[in-house]
This record gives sequence, C-alpha cells and structure tokens, in this order.
Amino acid sequence: MSLVLKQPSVLPGFGLTLGFALFYFSLIVLIPLSGLFIKTTTLTWEQFWHTVTEPRAIASYQLTFGASFLGALINGVFGSVVAWVLVRYHFPGRSIVDALVDLPFALPTAVAGIALTAIYSSNGWIGRYLEPLGLKVAFTPLGVLVALTFIGLPFVVRTVQPVLQDLDLEVEEAAVTLGASRWQTFRAVIVPELWPALLTGMAMAFARSVGEYGSVIFIAGNMPLKSEITPLLIMTKLEQYDYAGATALGVVMLVVSFILALMINLIQWWGTARHSAR
Amino acid sequence: MILKPLVLTLALLTGALGFTPSIQAAESVSILNVSYDPTRELYQEFNAAFAKQWQAKTGQNVKILQSHGGSSKQARAVIDGLEADIVTLALAYDIDAISEKAGLLPANWQSRLPHDSAPYSSTITFLVRKGNPKGIKDWNDLVKPGVSVITPNPKTSGVARWNYLAAWGYALKQSGGDEAKAQDFVWRLFKNVPVLDSGARGATTTFVERGIGDVLINWENEILLSTKGSGKDKFDIVVPPISILAEPTVSVVDKIVDKRGTRQVAQAYLEYLYSEEGQEIAGKHYYRPQLKSAAAKYAATFPTVELFTLKEIFGNWQKAHKTHFADGGTFDQIYLQSPK
Repeated sequence: MSLVLKQPSVLPGFGLTLGFALFYFSLIVLIPLSGLFIKTTTLTWEQFWHTVTEPRAIASYQLTFGASFLGALINGVFGSVVAWVLVRYHFPGRSIVDALVDLPFALPTAVAGIALTAIYSSNGWIGRYLEPLGLKVAFTPLGVLVALTFIGLPFVVRTVQPVLQDLDLEVEEAAVTLGASRWQTFRAVIVPELWPALLTGMAMAFARSVGEYGSVIFIAGNMPLKSEITPLLIMTKLEQYDYAGATALGVVMLVVSFILALMINLIQWWGTARHSAR
Repeated sequence: MILKPLVLTLALLTGALGFTPSIQAAESVSILNVSYDPTRELYQEFNAAFAKQWQAKTGQNVKILQSHGGSSKQARAVIDGLEADIVTLALAYDIDAISEKAGLLPANWQSRLPHDSAPYSSTITFLVRKGNPKGIKDWNDLVKPGVSVITPNPKTSGVARWNYLAAWGYALKQSGGDEAKAQDFVWRLFKNVPVLDSGARGATTTFVERGIGDVLINWENEILLSTKGSGKDKFDIVVPPISILAEPTVSVVDKIVDKRGTRQVAQAYLEYLYSEEGQEIAGKHYYRPQLKSAAAKYAATFPTVELFTLKEIFGNWQKAHKTHFADGGTFDQIYLQSPK
C-alpha cells in the first residue's frame, strides 16, 4: 500500500504540498463546517427532525433549490449563447460587454437586490409594463428566480468561454467537409466539447444561488410558505436567538448541496470518460 | 448583513482603543453605544451634548461611538462579543436576551433606572397616502378587504413586534378580552400584508419608494420624521385613537464596563438621558419624553392617544414572545392554517 502511495513523481515536494493543502483545507473549510455539526448536536434527534421538516422549512427548500435549479438551467442556455457571441463574433464594444459579464460577481448583492426590486416592482421601469399583463415579478417567487439568474450568469459564461476559445475551428470544418449538417456539427462536435465546462458552470451557478441571501431578500417579499428562502429562515431563527435551530437548517442545506455537487461531479466524470473512450 | 462589516469595524476599533488605556485614560475615554435603527439622529445630538457636559463636570474628554442596526441583530452582536458599554434597544426582550444568553448583565437590569429603564417612549401610528384615499382612521380599517398594509416581519424586526402587539391589544380591548377574536383580527390584518420586509427601514422603503400599500404601520417617531422633509406632500399621518405604549429600553452592560473601567461614564451617560437636557433632545427627535416639563414643551408634536401598556395586556416580554412570536406561536399560525 505504502509503495503505491510513494510512487515517484517527476515533481519533488509531494509530501510537503499535500500536507499544506490538507492543513489549509481543514483550516478554511472543515473546521468551520464541523462547528456547524457540533452545534446541531445540542438538539435531540426529535427536535432536529421537527425543525427541519416543519412546513415553512419544507416550502423554503422547495423555493431555494427549485429557483436555484431553474436559474442554473436558464443560465446554462443563455449563458452559453453569451459566451458563444463573445468568442465567435467580433463587434464594436465587445470588450465592454465582456467586462460587464463579471458585474454580478463584483456588485454587492444587496445593491443588486435593491436595483432589481426597483426595476421590477409595480412602479418600476419593467414592472409597470408587466403588471397589466398579470405578471408580478417583485415580491413573488418569480422575483427570486430573476435575482438568482442575475447572480449566476458569470459562472456559466466564464467557464464556457475558454473552452470555446480553445475549440479548433478546423474540427468543425472537417465535420462540414465530411458532410455533416450545421445541426449535426453543433450536436456531435461542439456540444460534447462544451458539455463538461457547461455542467461545471451550471453547478457553480446553482451552488452560488442556493447560498444567496442579500439580493433575494429585497425582491422576494418574504411571505411564509410562498416566497421565503431557506437562508432567510436561518436568519429568522438567529434573530430569535435560536442558534441550534439555525444550524439545523444549515446542516440540511449543506448535506443537500454536497449530494448535489457530488452528483454533478459524477455526471461530469461519466460524460468525459464516455467522451474520451470514443 | 450590510451592517456586519460596520459592527466588526467598531468592534476592532473599540478593541484597539481598549488596548491603549494607559496613555489615554486620564484625559480621554471612549464608550460604545449599541442601538437600533431609528435612533441615529437622536444619539448624534445627544452624544455631543453629553460629551460637553461630561467635559465641564470632570475635565475628561469622552468619545462616544455609535452602532445601529436591527434591534435583535444588535443584541446578537453583543452576545457574540461586540464590546458595548451601553445598549439602547427597541425592546426589553433583546436586552433580556443579552442577560440570559451571555450573562453580561443581571436579570433585574430593568429595575435599575426610572420608568423601567425607558427614558423616552413612543407609540405605533399609521402613515397613509396623501388625502387618505382609503379613509383609514383606526385599527379596524386595516382589516377591510382591499386595504393593503405594510409592516415588517415580527420574527426579525423589533417595531413589527410592537405593531403586532398593538393590533392584538386593540382587538382584545374591542372584544372585551376575547383571545379568539383578537387572533381572528390579527389574522385578517396579515391577510392584507403583501410584503414582509425583514426590518423597519425596508418596510418604509417598500411603502415610500416602491409605492406599495395603502398604509404603513411604524414607530410614531419614524412617521413624524418621514413627513418632515419631502414626504409632506405625499403622505398623511393617521393617529389611531388607541395604541400601545412602546418603551425602548436602555442599560449599562455590566461585564463590559467593569472590564474596560468605564462604568462611571456609562452610568452618567444614561442618567443624562433622564435629565432636562436629555429629555429635551428626545422630544426634539420625536420621542415622547418622560419628564413633565419636556413633555409639556413638545405637547403639540404628540397627539393624545389612549395608550395601553405591554404589561397590562401581555404581562411581560417573555410571555408575549412565547405566545406570539416563537416558532409555532400565533404569528406562525396565520400562515400555517387559514382562519375559520
């Protein structure tokens, strides 16, 4: 066993860097997260179960994970289009648009939330035209989706963009000379190349959305059972000095997020394995 | 959320100041007053007045740092280690929490200063659109179908708890003490609430900037303040004939002042709130003074309202919180089961 571990590498310093990586990872990630679990143990199993399965909590998981998932899907489609346009076409102002993509990253989320609310509320620029159509965005679950789509966009664009850039035009040209139609070229040549990056981007957008608080809180309306996200419920518990209850919800989010991240990684691994086997 | 960096900075700042008392203690001292949102302007003026008075009396230079935020958020910061010499919060329940969770002050803190440690009081009133198009005059107008009411979430906001208890107390008085009727009343009121902001300032923004709702329920002092500036032409104040006596409370944080050696100045700071000058400043910033002379001076500002106290209707904050705002309390029931 030890022989396998000590397989010689071309690069020296494996032991040292691995040790440092583990130490760093523990310090930054594992210790705070284990604190979360330890705090939850102050609850009995019944109390924990009661806290995490009450109707408000269930409704908030549905909204948080549902809206995050939908937001990631929307970004998966339109973020790819944005990346495609930025890589494949040259037009005036391209570099400005390219820089603007990062804005949702850099903007304080509260600012984003206030701006979106101002625009989509019934007297806002866009909201006032949607309202007569019977479409209410601000202070509804739809508003949550809008906010999460906004903050998730850069993740997809920034992961897909470099892969598109590295894609050899010659491969596409070869496909065309071999008689492939445009759709076939797209489906059989471009998509398989993009697929792992796209999944990664969507997974990151999803993960970011699940934890989002600042921007959503302003646009959601925060009505129990309707437009209340799980992070708000956690804040609500903290405001009531219910630290254990708050961490219980935190643990649920952590476990679900971890399982989802693991699943996405597996799909990705399976996708690349299948792709390279061909 | 936004306030956290500020609170941290203040914590660091006070921490840093705490480390260098040997140089400064003689001629200069600093204290931190952790307060809630709408007291910003009040304490700005009061701090300057107190510093002047303290300097004249003792020759010592006092610097007062302020921190503002949602009341229970602020209490949580103190519990988690923010070194506040003084807390001036929206409800006694939050200071109770500091005593109970962190043991920084004795349980009987509220009996240490006059008027149950409430140097000024306020009440809960309404703000409506100019001309009062929905004809809102009293609490029972808020439950009418088609009236949209803005109040923050009582789970996260101090004033929202006062709003909720005021409505409950009103209904209880109307029905001669029928709890079921009071519950039904509050139920119908919250069916008219389209947005539950997490704090008082958020609710004001929703009402004023977003143009949502026919009526905003809020602190009297906030409502008086919002109609002083540009709001004068857009809103009208409606004072219900009956409301709750809201008493924001103050205390010295014993463990912190003993550790930092600031008990004397912190104590004097709170006592100055009860003085002629302190009461005068409170009145000027739309808080109802306790002192007769200051109250008389600002009598025109404050309309006569029949005020009931938290004590006579709910006993104390601990009970009120348990019945209404704890998980599964009457507020949760509004959303979990529809009224019969």
